[in-house]
Amino acid sequence: MERLTQNTWFAVLVVVSAIILIWYGFSIQLNMPWQRGVYARAGEDGVPLLQLLSDLWSQQRPVLPAPHQVAVEFWNSVFLANPSTPRSLIFHAWITLSATGLGFLFGTLLGIFLAVLIVHNRAVDRSLMPWVIASQTIPILAIAPMVVVVLNSVGLTGLIPKALISTYLSFFPVVVGMVKGFRSPDALQLDLMRTYSASGAQMFWKLRWPSALPFLFTSMKVGVAASLVGAIVGELPTGAAGGLGSRLLAGSYYGQTTQIWAALFMAAALSAALIFAISAVQKLTQKAMGAPA
Amino acid sequence: MSVVEAEGLGLTFETNDGPVHALSDVNLTIDKGEFVSFIGPSGCGKTTFLRVIADLEQPTSGTITVNGTTPEKARKQRSYGYVFQAAGLYPWRTIERNVALPLEIMGYAKAEQRERIARTLDLVNLTGFEKKYPWQLSGGMQQRASIARALSFDADLLLMDEPFGALDEIVRDHLNDQLLQLWAKTDKTICFVTHSIPEAVYLSTKIVVMSPRPGRVTDIIESTLPKERPLDIRESPEFLEIAARVRDGLRAGHSYEE
Repeated sequence: MERLTQNTWFAVLVVVSAIILIWYGFSIQLNMPWQRGVYARAGEDGVPLLQLLSDLWSQQRPVLPAPHQVAVEFWNSVFLANPSTPRSLIFHAWITLSATGLGFLFGTLLGIFLAVLIVHNRAVDRSLMPWVIASQTIPILAIAPMVVVVLNSVGLTGLIPKALISTYLSFFPVVVGMVKGFRSPDALQLDLMRTYSASGAQMFWKLRWPSALPFLFTSMKVGVAASLVGAIVGELPTGAAGGLGSRLLAGSYYGQTTQIWAALFMAAALSAALIFAISAVQKLTQKAMGAPA
Repeated sequence: MSVVEAEGLGLTFETNDGPVHALSDVNLTIDKGEFVSFIGPSGCGKTTFLRVIADLEQPTSGTITVNGTTPEKARKQRSYGYVFQAAGLYPWRTIERNVALPLEIMGYAKAEQRERIARTLDLVNLTGFEKKYPWQLSGGMQQRASIARALSFDADLLLMDEPFGALDEIVRDHLNDQLLQLWAKTDKTICFVTHSIPEAVYLSTKIVVMSPRPGRVTDIIESTLPKERPLDIRESPEFLEIAARVRDGLRAGHSYEE
């Protein structure tokens, strides 16, 4: 028993079961009013409990779909639908993923570039950092549609506007993390390079860059999640063009709550997979850099 | 030829609590092949003086030459190796890559790098540990690796800032012994900062006693010990006599007023 309680999987299982249980509870409570209305209009009275539950959990447009409804919708739209058609979640996930990936790549590169400038130039540090911070205080929901509209008017549509919104969200953690990382070498390590009369480039590539790598991965994990949010938000105003964002929007237009939930799970799975991928690269890098196993 | 020549050297740090006189009127000549120890309580400026030689601090008065030129030029000519208090090895580099660091920066060819790494690691008895990462080595071995790193590019001047300060007595004895052998083998000039009297007397041909507030030189002792020094020389009357003079010098310069 003791071994069981210390098992990670057991802990996860308990939490997931609890969430599913609570979810079923709420799905009964929240879908009840509508079901009562249906029964009242049909003049049915004294519906048996099993019939009631079955009706509650098979509504076409439930306020809160039951977990198994979401699971079925997820299964159908991921594994059964043709991935090249908009009926498939894979189709939408791929559109979102490509925007996320491109935006994240831009964002990481931009973040590193700005951090290099900030660390090497005091004037840039003083003048740029406030703007970097201010950029993140603007609500992305307000600025995303404008970015899309403005870029649309200059002929940029599809991937690029969404990727730019991803970039906008993901460069920030990278800047902050890498500035800290580039500044992490201590006085002794900097003095050592000075005694060798090392050039600025040698100082950077042999000391600052490797010192900053652990910070880079931490920042990238935050950044990639932000990138995904950015891509989804960027898809909301583009309407029918596809992507998890437009799927969410379509779902809410037509009251397809089950579809919304399935898309949400897809987004969560995507985000988890991206973070997992970065962790894997991080582990490989750490191993190559001699970290204790 | 003198390797280091300081005349009326002074260094004052401006701090929020007013000026701190780290060095004041230091006159010292260090000749080629000497082993000079700087000893004194903390705050006496011994590390600062070493850092001035290394061009890591700028003096505010007086003059200093290193190898007959300014410290800055000497640094740019890579004329000294510096060993810090902590080993300061890069954790992401293996021991051999750490030793290779200055060689890479100074642009040595790969083959030459390999040859020098092997030679200096052998000099500090670390052959066989090339592929280890710093965390896999003990503190004493890490410090030895950092000495190998400072030796690898064969500068004639070795500046050592309390390199064995954090190590236990037995390891320290061992490393002192090895350092003397290395000095005899390579004929380098060594400047060595310490606050251990036996260490200073055992190692040095010249002991510079310093005292704080302001940091200054109070005594310069030329050692009469022979160049060949077994560890048990430390019980000889000659050794004890020099140690007593160092202790007197330290006591004279040390105030317990604060």
